[in-house]
Amino acid sequence: MISDKKTLFRKIWDAHVVTSIEDGPDVLYIDRHLIHEVTSPQAFAGLEKRGIGVFRPHNILATADHNVPTKDQHLPIAEPLSRFQVDKLTQNCDKFGVELYGLGHPFQGIVHVIGPELGITLPGMTIVCGDSHTSTHGAFGTIAFGIGTSEVEQVMATQCLMQSKPKTMRINIEGELANGVLSKDIILYIISKISMGGATGYFVEYAGSAIRSLSMEARMTICNMSIEMGARGGLIAPDDITFDYIKGREFAPQGEKYEEAVAYWRTLFTDEGATFDVEYTYDAADITPMITYGTNPGMGIKINEHIPTVADLKEESGKASFEKSLAYMGFNAGDSLIDKPVNYVFIGSCTNSRIEDLRLVADFVKGKHKAANVNAMIVPGSKQVEKQAIAEGLDKILLEAGFELREPGCSACLGMNEDKVPKGEYCVSTSNRNFEGRQGPGARTMLVSPLTAAATAITGKITDVRELLNA
Amino acid sequence: MEKFVKITATAVPLPIEDIDTDQIIPARFLKATTREGFGENLFRDWRYDNQNNPKPDFILNNPNYSGQILVAGKNFGCGSSREHAAWAILDYGFKVVISSFFADIFKNNALNNGLLPVQVSEPFLATVFEHIFADKNTQLEVDLEAQTVSIAGTSLSEKFDINQYKKTCLVNGYDDIDYLLALKDKIEAYEKTSKYLSLVGQEQEIEA
Repeated sequence: MISDKKTLFRKIWDAHVVTSIEDGPDVLYIDRHLIHEVTSPQAFAGLEKRGIGVFRPHNILATADHNVPTKDQHLPIAEPLSRFQVDKLTQNCDKFGVELYGLGHPFQGIVHVIGPELGITLPGMTIVCGDSHTSTHGAFGTIAFGIGTSEVEQVMATQCLMQSKPKTMRINIEGELANGVLSKDIILYIISKISMGGATGYFVEYAGSAIRSLSMEARMTICNMSIEMGARGGLIAPDDITFDYIKGREFAPQGEKYEEAVAYWRTLFTDEGATFDVEYTYDAADITPMITYGTNPGMGIKINEHIPTVADLKEESGKASFEKSLAYMGFNAGDSLIDKPVNYVFIGSCTNSRIEDLRLVADFVKGKHKAANVNAMIVPGSKQVEKQAIAEGLDKILLEAGFELREPGCSACLGMNEDKVPKGEYCVSTSNRNFEGRQGPGARTMLVSPLTAAATAITGKITDVRELLNA
Repeated sequence: MEKFVKITATAVPLPIEDIDTDQIIPARFLKATTREGFGENLFRDWRYDNQNNPKPDFILNNPNYSGQILVAGKNFGCGSSREHAAWAILDYGFKVVISSFFADIFKNNALNNGLLPVQVSEPFLATVFEHIFADKNTQLEVDLEAQTVSIAGTSLSEKFDINQYKKTCLVNGYDDIDYLLALKDKIEAYEKTSKYLSLVGQEQEIEA
């Protein structure tokens, strides 16, 4: 007998299937489509070529984030290609009737920061965006995933997407996190266990007592990096923490509609007895501050561990890539990273640029000052985050500690604007990817939590934040 | 989209694992608003030094190797969803990528552009690399209809999987949007029953 017990993923997926193609994918209805300047222009051009418009313009929301400068946003963008691309987005949104929160708009920001903070991201939805970190929205119990530009065009044309149903994986984190360990450490720990491609073909549900205890911001950090182990997306069942976060936000259902929505959202959980294709359980007590040493997010270690050696590799075929990676980073197998000098610290990106991240950093650096060798940049995720940070006086604390608070955007996470890390320099970064050249040609990125980044900025070398917290 | 049926060609070997789309096409080259011209910057930072001189040890700069098939280590195309990666590979002149494992989004992007991702077993991939490195003129035959990849002049061959719907699209040069546009009535019928649309009060707008 086939069980009628359903996973959370399956409940949402089934509620969005318009029709199924024999021996092919499902046609999935997309509730909310987010777009930005980099992956949308060719899709708009495709519609023009076909002579069709946007099918449901009100289900699309646009912002400019990848290319935007993080200084002097009131001035025209200096870099001509970036300006052209951002202008193109404005023209396309005008022409096709799509709402745009562009530069200067009070709601502008990184696409995965503004959706949740404005109450646009709601439990039970399907959300897509031409950006692999769309998985962030899964923190609300949504099916949210990144797509390519041809698929962006599909959704613009029909509000639907052809998708084969992925397999399901559940990752349980049980127990309590130690002091100084953040949700970023949880996800870096998970990816180091599962590997960079280990969840390819799967949609992940994160569960367990340690996950349930997290704030929405912390949950978003986890779901954000699901793609870094290859998963299409990751989601967390919504609960009272979710409903409280949504209540009263700009575009969230209000009053009776909110009550009706919450009643529905309470049905969004994995049924007892539902099965997953794969399931892993980890002990929260085993998680410490984490850091990456290589050139993909799966190459992570506990901050006080040593870099593995070739002998530690699971597969012989990975040897060449491992050695290439260490050579790029300028590290030796078996090295410890503790006390290694670092000149660049970046706190920002769709992974860690929310108000909670800024509060944590400000609270930690208050009364301290960054080391002289460090260039420390903090880029808020949105105008709303920036405004809140200023209202709370965080900007002053950060400035006194020698950190520069910039204006919102993707910034040095991928270096499409001026914010780049110079060739050969190490950067301790709260972003999501440590690929070769990600933060600028030749830049060497190490991924960490906001607390580890702050501690490293203060000492000027890689630091186990727990030692400063206990001091 | 161009039709894809069968191809016999020499191949370029790139035996590196976990090649991410930032390597295939770095973010700073994503500022174009058309699909053309990305081939110039394919593997930009592996191909050129910071003075824009070709790096002689990178395979695309090795005059011995050329062809319409790229053979790469497992987990090819991981990372960013940028379709520019598939566009760059096609624009450079490749029609097929062979690997033992592909990242999901890259695979979809490739299929949506008529670039065929061929997933083979680890041992077969190793055999393909051995043959190409032993003889740069080794020809590979990729037959989409039969779903086979073979090393020409040998009996070495392997079947590969592909979604039957996607296969039909590739063989005929169809794209998904043509198919979806024909489903408009079903999509509108779905919208009338959508839980989410009723919660956010968009149903009237759609019916209007």
